[in-house]
Amino acid sequence: MTEPLQQADHLLKAQRLECERDGRTLFRDLSFSIVPGTLTRVEGPNGSGKTTLLRILAGLNDNWSGQLWWCGQPRQRQWESVRRNTLYIGHRPGIKGVLTPMENLQALVAGRQSVSNDVLSQALDQVGLGPWRDVPCETLSAGQKRRVALARLLFADEPLWLLDEAFTALDVDAVAAVERLLSERVRDGGAVVMTTHHQPALDNMQRIRLGHPAPPAAAPDTDHGAEVSHG
Amino acid sequence: MGSRPPLAMPVLDPVASSPGVWRAMLAVLRRDLRLSVRQKQDLLNPLLFFVMVVALFPLGVSPESSFLSEAGAGILWVGALLATMLSMDHLFRFDFEDGTLEQMALQPQPLFPLVLAKILAHWLVTGLPLVILTPLLGLMLFLDGNSVAVLCLTLLIGTPVLSLIGSVGAALTVGLRAGGVLLSLLVIPLYIPVLIFGTGTVMAAGVGADVSGHLALMAAILVLALMLAPLAAAAALKISLSAS
Repeated sequence: MTEPLQQADHLLKAQRLECERDGRTLFRDLSFSIVPGTLTRVEGPNGSGKTTLLRILAGLNDNWSGQLWWCGQPRQRQWESVRRNTLYIGHRPGIKGVLTPMENLQALVAGRQSVSNDVLSQALDQVGLGPWRDVPCETLSAGQKRRVALARLLFADEPLWLLDEAFTALDVDAVAAVERLLSERVRDGGAVVMTTHHQPALDNMQRIRLGHPAPPAAAPDTDHGAEVSHG
Repeated sequence: MGSRPPLAMPVLDPVASSPGVWRAMLAVLRRDLRLSVRQKQDLLNPLLFFVMVVALFPLGVSPESSFLSEAGAGILWVGALLATMLSMDHLFRFDFEDGTLEQMALQPQPLFPLVLAKILAHWLVTGLPLVILTPLLGLMLFLDGNSVAVLCLTLLIGTPVLSLIGSVGAALTVGLRAGGVLLSLLVIPLYIPVLIFGTGTVMAAGVGADVSGHLALMAAILVLALMLAPLAAAAALKISLSAS
């Protein structure tokens, strides 16, 4: 099963993706591919469907039409591979307040990969949560909770990362560290798709722009579309 | 396509192996039990409700031993049913709100075994304590030894069914703001057969009839629920997640 997967040049390919939400078209005719070794930034104003697009790519949202391909095959035939090889960290990253950072990581990772506790505690040290390893997460600040979630990136082996607003609540140093981590990841052949309002200092970025700002009355025929550019 | 990497670029190969279903289920079970132990009020609430309902009946209706020994099985069953139903809304709600459910749905394993692990954890912290408390409360209601034993057996088979059926309702309503009310309305009609068989078994035992047939029927309901409820709950959760 793994053989055909490696031959395709893309991890994920979207063709003529369209999504409607509450009677409003979020995007239409959206086509792009996510290639190993690239960083893709989904851009657009609030409410333009960035999170929805990421949830569609993760497989959480089914309200779309068009085609999605995973490593050269229709995605719906590859569910196990898709889920095993995609790491999605959303707005709400699944961190439990009454569990400690260590227990949270253990619970989140258990079904995906075998990671020893040493690796987990090393990752927590690296994101600066070493001293808080064994205190409940509810006593941590918002930024620290985000760090717990992002600590997963330090040992995640999934080739495709989908990060929704990864930089929220992080301080300047942490943002720089995450950017460094992402560019290293991309250099090593991983693929990253992210939404952020922060301008990341990363080069070689593919951009997906959602939601043209044109007012609907002035340009009724304009596509609510989206464009993909490479920079 | 200027950004397409040259062929020499390293490529991270997709990972083909993932931890087994049992391991993933065990992780879910362990996490949920740990959460319950840390949040003791959630653990005690249904139990306290159960004890209070049973304790208030003699005060509110009649403390006569003849009445209580006749109605006791029904009181205990209704109490257990309502206590389970009250706790059902929490089964997925917190996980839904903090994103745990999304992460669970994205695990490489199918969702229904993980849901089953969650239901098992829920039963271990709500249903099982109810069963364990029942002999004590049974004595309080003047039930005889044989009836108490049969009652415990019916609750032991019946409360997992309540948790399983409730999980489907909880999964369907998890994305809704007023989910709790709808959950009760959805689930109560499905609870009624379990209640009828449960109390019917104890009554039959009370008049000295053979109850193995009743128990076998209840066990059949349990097996059916065990097969179907996790699948239905997992499908409902995916719909709830997709709409959020």
